[in-house]
Amino acid sequence: MEHLIRYIIDNDILVYAVMALIPLFLWVLPYALFAVWMERKVSAHMQDRLGPMRVGGWHGWAQTLADILKLIQKEDIVPTAADKKLHMLAPFVVFIGSYAAFATIPFSSAYIGSNLNLGLFYIIAVSSLVVVGILMAGWSSNNKWSLFGAMRSAAQIVSYEIPTVLALLAVVMIAGTLNLQDINTMQGGWFWNWFIFKKFPFIFIAFGIYFVASLAETNRTPFDIPEAESELVAGYHTEYSGMKFALFFLAEYANMFAVSAIGSTVFLGGWNSPFGNFLGGPIWGVFWFLSKGMFFVFVQMWLRWTLPRMRVDQLMYISWKVLTPWAFVCVLAVGAWMMM
Amino acid sequence: MTQYFNDIFKSVWTVLIGMRITFRHLFTPAVTIQYPDVKLKLPERARNRLYVNMDDCIGCFQCDMACPVDCFNIETIKALPTDDLGVTSTGQKKKLWVTKFDIDIAKCCYCGLCVYPCPTECIKMTDVYEFSEFNRNNLIYNYISMTPKEVEDVKVKAAEYEKEQTAKKAAAAAAAAAAKAAQPPTAAATPGTPAAAPGVVPPATAANVAPKPPAAPAPPQTPPQTPPTPEKS
Amino acid sequence: MPATLLEQVKTSTGRALRSEEMIINMGPQHPSTHGVLRLELVVDGEIVVDVIPHIGYLHRCFEKHSEAMTNYQQVIPYCDRMDYLASMNMDWAYALAVEKLLAIKVPDRVEYIRVIMGELQRIASHLIALGTYGLDVGAFTPFLFMFRDRERILDLFEMTCGARLLYNYIWVGGLSHDIPPGFIDKAKAFCKYFRPNIKECNDLLTYNEIFIKRTANVGILPKDVAIDYACSGPMLRGSGVDFDLRRDDPYSIYDKFDWKPQIGTGEVGTVGDCWDRYMVRVREMEQSLNIIEQALDMIPEGEIASAIPKRIRPNPGEVYVRSESPRGEIGFYVVSDGSGTPYRVKARAPAFVNLAVAPEICRGYMIADVVAIVGSVDIVLGEVDR
Repeated sequence: MEHLIRYIIDNDILVYAVMALIPLFLWVLPYALFAVWMERKVSAHMQDRLGPMRVGGWHGWAQTLADILKLIQKEDIVPTAADKKLHMLAPFVVFIGSYAAFATIPFSSAYIGSNLNLGLFYIIAVSSLVVVGILMAGWSSNNKWSLFGAMRSAAQIVSYEIPTVLALLAVVMIAGTLNLQDINTMQGGWFWNWFIFKKFPFIFIAFGIYFVASLAETNRTPFDIPEAESELVAGYHTEYSGMKFALFFLAEYANMFAVSAIGSTVFLGGWNSPFGNFLGGPIWGVFWFLSKGMFFVFVQMWLRWTLPRMRVDQLMYISWKVLTPWAFVCVLAVGAWMMM
Repeated sequence: MTQYFNDIFKSVWTVLIGMRITFRHLFTPAVTIQYPDVKLKLPERARNRLYVNMDDCIGCFQCDMACPVDCFNIETIKALPTDDLGVTSTGQKKKLWVTKFDIDIAKCCYCGLCVYPCPTECIKMTDVYEFSEFNRNNLIYNYISMTPKEVEDVKVKAAEYEKEQTAKKAAAAAAAAAAKAAQPPTAAATPGTPAAAPGVVPPATAANVAPKPPAAPAPPQTPPQTPPTPEKS
Repeated sequence: MPATLLEQVKTSTGRALRSEEMIINMGPQHPSTHGVLRLELVVDGEIVVDVIPHIGYLHRCFEKHSEAMTNYQQVIPYCDRMDYLASMNMDWAYALAVEKLLAIKVPDRVEYIRVIMGELQRIASHLIALGTYGLDVGAFTPFLFMFRDRERILDLFEMTCGARLLYNYIWVGGLSHDIPPGFIDKAKAFCKYFRPNIKECNDLLTYNEIFIKRTANVGILPKDVAIDYACSGPMLRGSGVDFDLRRDDPYSIYDKFDWKPQIGTGEVGTVGDCWDRYMVRVREMEQSLNIIEQALDMIPEGEIASAIPKRIRPNPGEVYVRSESPRGEIGFYVVSDGSGTPYRVKARAPAFVNLAVAPEICRGYMIADVVAIVGSVDIVLGEVDR
């Protein structure tokens, strides 16, 4: 892919800029538009409703486009007492944090933004940037509800990073590498080669832990307490409107896909076809990768429209007393198994 | 310790049960309809916008008295013995000119209490429920079938008749009483009130809800869906 | 208490860390404060030190209005608007009061129809209470499932009296309409349709472990406190007090049916917690279904308007009549001076009285719990403020 772009553009900086923007324009933005529509449709049908039906004709497919147009036109309201610079910066930081994770996610055997040796580590590190953005948003809004949301969010994301990382660590121990492209290549062939079925049941449990923790990291129900609308109005983005609000929204959906993509890459073979060489290759690889990712995005939505919300102390309980110890158990067990 | 494992197991299990239910509902047909395109048929007894059949109204004020929110504004003038107002469909003879029958539908609380006492069953609740307006004044529905000119004529005639009657009485009575009768008894017949030009006046001027007769009588305004025609209500 | 906990937090020099309580306004424009209730929360971090409810944003002078009406009948549309989720029960309570003042006995058929309507309304009202409660703790889907079922009840009401929310159906001495043809079959079909849905909602929400963890042992209202604060309805029964006006001060014909008042049992937590109050409502819906089914089978033929007085002009006197609305004891105190207008109408609103206990049971819990507790009180601001 890089060679192809190099062939077209003869400028190093431009090549990297194009490389970096490909996932944004080819996938993240269309995906976010689609996912918001899908969330609405999924929720609607789960609740015996129809959801958006008018805009664009067929099942209201253009509803999110219309919403984005509306949001662009909206007045950008900044509260008088807000810290204006931080208030303006926060949504961008949040979006950068979640988008930067896409840099090392392999979309196919032929396309990865940056084939880092420390790919997984980089993702974990860079997605922590989101916390900074959320804290900035909550603090600068100068609103008590926003502040509550930000504090909750910071506590939540920091706590849940530990089980996430430990669960991923179990796989990394088997793979012996942090390079996501290599991790993918190792899972080639039929689906029983996927890491999730290795060292049964420890990696399987690790995957469960990863999935639950990733829900919390993306602030999805049942862990959506930072933006719990029935308690905190809208949490850290209470005071945002227009495009800045849309950026938070976009970041949330980008994040949803990012964690699903990492989960499917690390545990479920990423761009590998589940059936050996059937529909293999780089082009179909994109298809498999995206469908695995989208499946988990769907599961996230499914959970959201099924479950009530946790309370903030229960959230911490789950992280520190359930997920983290079990993640340690997995890591230890896998380690012991490897030594045997 | 058992509690700990039990909690984990129960959480996972009940979450799965919940997910099964929501998944099943993903494929059940929706119960909602697409409202402006598809409309439910309202039952026969639906209580929505009021409708008054003025042909049958005898101006008895029963509905006004029953209304808990005073959304009626009715005025009547006694018909002259020479006038024939016809009979209602229930066979009652009409004895009053109904010169004003306004319902402020914005005030109406759709309780239906006005419907029951009506002796001629001319006021009823229909199944029309889409009548939002940009201007609140358009929600004052004017039901009378008379043009402003007719109203004015009736008023003048009634005043004249009244005058005649008083004059007759005065002639029969003492001279002091006759002097008193020189003053017009009704405010409506105050000299100098211009008769409103018949024809279509912009609806905004129909806004006058003051209890006293308006300086320019309200133009005939049928419920807003139909164009204002002076002949028909 | 959290305040003492914080006092122990010292810096390395031995000075206690200074911490301040924060005052937050929850409402009247807050997504979860049920109408226009405003709660002033004094919080210490996430922990609520005190709750001060402020009411009155929806005050409409119901009682004064009643005195200004031209007759007794005109008060009923205003009663509708008190507890707008249980208009039938409000109308019924007022009608009972005026009937007692007039010493009218209503025909049997009217009594049966009133019971059916009252119990359908109880189900509809509880559906809202449970659905919005689910919403308060973050579950959206059960809310819409319950609304879906409520709509079917409203359809029944609409075909009977023409209105979906504010019925003006139960009149002094009778009803505005007889039930339409086909109503009994439709009501029976509804009962049959609704029973599995209660189970489904139980599976989806009631027995969900997260929901249990959110509501069990939260907002515990002990028996004695509930009685001291004059709580009534599911609030009182949730605390384990077996008291239901339909059985203990029977009005209308409730003694003819086979049903049981439900009380909180502390199945998953302590007696009197939010989950118990929630569960009492779920079980009351089942009992209401029992009553409706029996009443539909037993309903006699007859005239419905025979007892409606042409002109309501009670002798001077006063009367207090109470009945069981979905939220508790709704009582009307009506004073007549012998004219056609009530001299005084005072409503004892259950939600208003129940709300008074909310601060008592909110202290020491978290902000998220306050939402859950206030939700479990099930207030309707139209009734609290009147």
